[in-house]
Amino acid sequence: MWKWLHPYAKPEKSYQLAGKFLPWFIVLTVVTFVVGLVWGLLFAPADYQQGDSFRIIYIHVPAAMMAMAAYSTMAIAAFVALVWQIRLAEMNVAAIAPIGAVFTFIALVTGAAWGKPMWGAWWVWDARLTSELILLFVYLGIIALHNAFSDKVLAGRAASILTLVGVINLPIIHYSVVWWNTLHQGATIMKFDKPSMPPEMLWPLVIMIVGFGAFLGVLTLMRFRNEILARESHRPWVTAMVTEKLAGEK
Amino acid sequence: MAFDSISDFFAMGGYGFYVWLSYGLTFFALAVLIINTLSKKNKIMKVVEHRLSREQRIKKAQNREGTL
Repeated sequence: MWKWLHPYAKPEKSYQLAGKFLPWFIVLTVVTFVVGLVWGLLFAPADYQQGDSFRIIYIHVPAAMMAMAAYSTMAIAAFVALVWQIRLAEMNVAAIAPIGAVFTFIALVTGAAWGKPMWGAWWVWDARLTSELILLFVYLGIIALHNAFSDKVLAGRAASILTLVGVINLPIIHYSVVWWNTLHQGATIMKFDKPSMPPEMLWPLVIMIVGFGAFLGVLTLMRFRNEILARESHRPWVTAMVTEKLAGEK
Repeated sequence: MAFDSISDFFAMGGYGFYVWLSYGLTFFALAVLIINTLSKKNKIMKVVEHRLSREQRIKKAQNREGTL
């Protein structure tokens, strides 16, 4: 039943499949970003307490959510890489880590710029903020560890193990606002109750979340392809591809 | 529309600095990531192209030696 998956364990096939998905993700990203940003920045009503400063939510929440989604994806890939020794899964870990780090960075700086006018401080050592900062350090650690080995097989295995260790941080981030007294507000959408936001504010947020998800997809596909190319650069299929490209330029 | 004028929009009800700082930094960070991703691909392709042209030159030189 799952046999159709087998050819995609071949780097060449995976490279081509990623290339096929790429344009669709790019289109989805552009459309959702344009619609979401215009709606969120221009048409959503100002918050009755926070005024227009709440518009930071349209990048802060999507970036934070996708930083965690990226980590989950990476953790699944790391598990697959360790258990079934699939090289492409290792490449996926290496591809996603920098994206997750940047998304976490965005969540942190937009949070700081939102915290200053609302809480009166750029930064507080509170549970949500601290656990999110740890997520950034975990991402940086995975990137550094992967770069520390010149043997890419060893690098992939080490980075995968560290990725799995870091999973412990995900539930801590998510439940930090419940488990500890914190300045950060509780969940607005990711809860079983009705979302505590009016639809004219919520819709652009949902669109932006989809947009950041699609953008995560775009970057993952591009970096995944880079990893394959770098590791397979001596294989005949890469040589053939480059020869064809050079012939096309002449 | 939530704003009456363009200057109103940029002012963001007095929170302009914080809102545009957030959006600016986000845009900057994502731009850096895209540029890094594209330049990485370029670099890999350059290395392969360089290797290929070197192999071709070697082959050519060997052929020439054979004719002499």
